[in-house]
Amino acid sequence: MDVRPAIEAVWRIEAARLVAGLVRVVRDVGLAEELAQDALVAALEQWPESGIPDNPGAWLIGTAKHRAIDHFRRAKRLDRKHEELARELELQQDSGESEFDAALEEDLGDDLLRLMFIACHPVLSTDNRVALTLRVLGGLTTDEIARAFLVPEPTVAQRIVRAKRTLAEANPPFEVPPPAELADRLADVLEVLYLIFNEGYSATAGDDWMRPALCEEAMRLGRVLAGLMPKEPEVHGLVALMEIQTSRSAARTGPGGEPIPLLEQDRGRWDQLLIRRGLAALGRAEELGGAHGRYALQAALAACHARARTPEETDWVRIAALYAELGALTPSPVIELNRAVAVGMAYGPAAGLEVIDALRDEPTMRRYHLLPAVRGDLLAKLGRTEEARQELTRAAELTRNAQERAVLMGRVTALEAPDPGVQP
Amino acid sequence: MRYLMTTTSNDSQPTPQMMEEMGRYVQEGFQAGWLVATGGLSPQKTHLRSSGGKVTVVDGPFAEAKEAVVGFALIEAESLEQALELSKRFWSIVGDGEGDIQEVFGP
Repeated sequence: MDVRPAIEAVWRIEAARLVAGLVRVVRDVGLAEELAQDALVAALEQWPESGIPDNPGAWLIGTAKHRAIDHFRRAKRLDRKHEELARELELQQDSGESEFDAALEEDLGDDLLRLMFIACHPVLSTDNRVALTLRVLGGLTTDEIARAFLVPEPTVAQRIVRAKRTLAEANPPFEVPPPAELADRLADVLEVLYLIFNEGYSATAGDDWMRPALCEEAMRLGRVLAGLMPKEPEVHGLVALMEIQTSRSAARTGPGGEPIPLLEQDRGRWDQLLIRRGLAALGRAEELGGAHGRYALQAALAACHARARTPEETDWVRIAALYAELGALTPSPVIELNRAVAVGMAYGPAAGLEVIDALRDEPTMRRYHLLPAVRGDLLAKLGRTEEARQELTRAAELTRNAQERAVLMGRVTALEAPDPGVQP
Repeated sequence: MRYLMTTTSNDSQPTPQMMEEMGRYVQEGFQAGWLVATGGLSPQKTHLRSSGGKVTVVDGPFAEAKEAVVGFALIEAESLEQALELSKRFWSIVGDGEGDIQEVFGP
């Protein structure tokens, strides 16, 4: 039997805890990650022969620890910091139950939390934060990250190398940020998870509409973070948003991979379990006083759809109000565009068109395909077929997603088709 | 992917230490999100048979205890291998016994 998939499964479960424990001991994210990789390589070499150990996590920790000691022995002539670390580790090893073991085996929750904060540290660029987070917390390979983001593997490898180097140079403390910085730093971590989730949820390019691995990873890290920082409402808000959005994944694409708009989805295929989890997380965010945070507001929007058993039951008035609040908090033409859709549903297409027309001179919207797509829909509802056709064609020209283009062209064709009602 | 794990027999008597470890593992699973639902099943069961539009109900208990499902866990995992790995941890706490894992198809 091929044990490689089993080893990879162990790795995905253990990687984050292993790296987190190692960072605390060796005080260097790059080195910790390399030591963890060495342990993985050793497992890939030895487990096919020896079988998977009964406690694979402990085996990986033990192996990484020996690599760490070897590393410091080799490096100790190089500089004082390493000399000290090597001496400490050796002393600990001599005294039997070492602090190293304790550090790696005790409850690692705090280390995981510190690792999240350091991987999303403001000294790193956003792309590098995303790559490093997936690498050290998700245990994803460079190749997996590259495939998920549709970028060449060397690009991802370079981002990770650069991130590690930047952290080694800046040498930020391996800690949960002090209260004065916590809000900003937590926002950075949440932003990275949100970016990972969104990249998976709506691919910005290519034929792949969804890349579920990224969504799952962002959700998993979000839940872990919620467990570690249970008093932070925005963490629950983000988890709620991700759970509710993911609940629709089975219904979002048709048999040919074509996207199905929310209101046309088969609600029987929405995952009620994820919806319940999401609503519970949203409830926690609201109980903690976080109903007006940016993620909680988005989760509340998603919840409006999740709670409606049929499209007709959707509370568009509330959705329009939530978009207005979200837009006031984080002004964005994209949010305003969504508000236009909601206003159109709540108060009629003419009202929606009024909101959208205020956006037409917005420079960032000029090449954004959803603006003509939405405008086209509103015009079609008002019976302004020719204008609608032009807008939908323009939207199809602008989108980078092949599936979406096909759907938009389908709508253009439907507008051109003679009304079946007037045929004999 | 979701998997249903069922335990059909469990030869070891639970000790307070095992219960505590199990409690921690279950807690960890719920928090991390991979554990969706879990529970033990009563030996009292009710058997149903639907035939020709008529449902017959037969109250247990039923004799063949060896095959009876005594506990279950519904989990989320990326692969069968990951599900197996998570269930090995369960058995390392519980000790001797037998069980099954089946993929659950979505709604």
